Amino acid sequence: MKLSHKELEIQSGQFGEVRKLALEHQIQVGKFFDAQSFVEISQVHIMADTEALGLAGIEYLENLAQYPDPQKQVWVPTITDPRGSDFKSFKKIKQNKRFVDMEKRAIDAFKQLNVMMTDTCINYQVFMPPVKGEHLAFGDTGSSIYANSVLGARTNFEGGPSALAASLTGRTPMYGLHLEQNRIPNKYFKLNVRPTNFSDWGALGGIIGKQMNSYWDVPIIYGIDFKPTSDELKHFGAAMASFGSTPMFHIAEVTPEDHLAQNKNPKMNNISLSDLNNFYKSYLPKDDHLDVVVFAAPQLSLNEMRILSELLDGNKIHPKVSLLVCTPSAVKVLCDKNGISKKIENSGGIILEGVCFYNMHAREIGEANGWKRLMSNSAKIINILGGYGYETILNSMEKCVISACQGKIVK
Amino acid sequence: MKENVYFGHIGIGEPVKGEALVADDNFSARYDLDRINGIFSRKSHKLFNQSYVNKILVLNVAKGGVATAWMFRSMKISKICPKALLLNFANPIIAQGAAHANLPLIDRFKSDITKIIKSGDIIKLFPKEGKIAILNEKSTN
Repeated sequence: MKLSHKELEIQSGQFGEVRKLALEHQIQVGKFFDAQSFVEISQVHIMADTEALGLAGIEYLENLAQYPDPQKQVWVPTITDPRGSDFKSFKKIKQNKRFVDMEKRAIDAFKQLNVMMTDTCINYQVFMPPVKGEHLAFGDTGSSIYANSVLGARTNFEGGPSALAASLTGRTPMYGLHLEQNRIPNKYFKLNVRPTNFSDWGALGGIIGKQMNSYWDVPIIYGIDFKPTSDELKHFGAAMASFGSTPMFHIAEVTPEDHLAQNKNPKMNNISLSDLNNFYKSYLPKDDHLDVVVFAAPQLSLNEMRILSELLDGNKIHPKVSLLVCTPSAVKVLCDKNGISKKIENSGGIILEGVCFYNMHAREIGEANGWKRLMSNSAKIINILGGYGYETILNSMEKCVISACQGKIVK
Repeated sequence: MKENVYFGHIGIGEPVKGEALVADDNFSARYDLDRINGIFSRKSHKLFNQSYVNKILVLNVAKGGVATAWMFRSMKISKICPKALLLNFANPIIAQGAAHANLPLIDRFKSDITKIIKSGDIIKLFPKEGKIAILNEKSTN
């Protein structure tokens, strides 16, 4: 890789051991992907929940935190993905205190690095939304695919160690989605079905994601004859990234770089209503037993919280079922202010703030509560939690609420 | 001893030798593994219930989320970890995690690596050369 004067200075240790090691990590990754140089970035979004970190990761952060401020503090604005514990509500879901203690240690370390604890995966809806052409180091598949696809910004999936390295050096290796040639669509899809709710969008994202052969496939979707909302595209992208490790999509006449589609006579993959129905059916269990309903992954926006609160208003969650909702702390403040939280909590719903259910040590929480059967309107969480010992069911927010109130799965 | 050599892209990590565990399936540490017991825990995964500890995992592509980047290091320190990873296509997360954990990784072979190597084969990786050698292939009898 060709290094700039500044990068050579970092590499020489002029700015301290922490930044030197960060750059060396980045060079290793850059060489793996044939990067020729670095690109400066404007902001970093770092995923480092304690389940992913483990004790080894926490100790790694604590070690960095011991260095003098000029050596360890981030060089570009750096914000965090959801945490692994909600200090206000962990007892309500029987989360083991040891996970809460781990979380406190990680947060203390991050604060010493001058990382801003925003604790959200929907940062693009809440804080510092990127603009077209802006180079980033985003560390959540959902935030990355949204930034690339909907906003036209440029980022690879930057896992925690690399996002942290980027925040310490102010740059990232220039490969993958930072280069226009890797943003050109090579898989073409035609939707012959109209998504009507968030779970439909997630299911369609999952259907397309499953057909991506690797990180280097970029799909373009035709047939959407209306302008989707931010929340709809959020579910679409998050599911696609989850099922396919896909960092970018285009939607004709919707997303800002659809003009990159160059194939005039592509092989078109059609997606029909039966494909959508089959996706839902693939998650249907044999009986209607239900333990827990989860709204998360991605965290709910203010508008999703409002919609959910109206569905729950005046209803009661069945005593045999739990209903969990995850939202950023910043959104929770507005929900409190606007009476949204009250409606959800009066129904028996539990609001978890600054967290996302699947990265809260979901396996252990499930065991502590006896939860096995989990229902959600998020295709992403349905996909992830299959590996955590849950039987997962996908349905609309409305059907999830009805099921939670009736205490059984309502199809 | 029969020795077949194959090349992929230049990889990450130090040379390592071990027994392969192979499947024509994809990989994510968060989505697929029970990292406490060291087994594949996703029921739909072709390696469901099999131990990955000290095996050289040979799989198709990386999938899913970003957590794997942290998890590899934690897995390695706990010693509930594969010895190395061979994929047809890694994604940035897998590469970043391998670099952070110093876990040997090679990808981008000329042919489907999950068809070349069989579970039980003893293989040696030379990541800096992007090279693998199958030292003694598992009997196909």
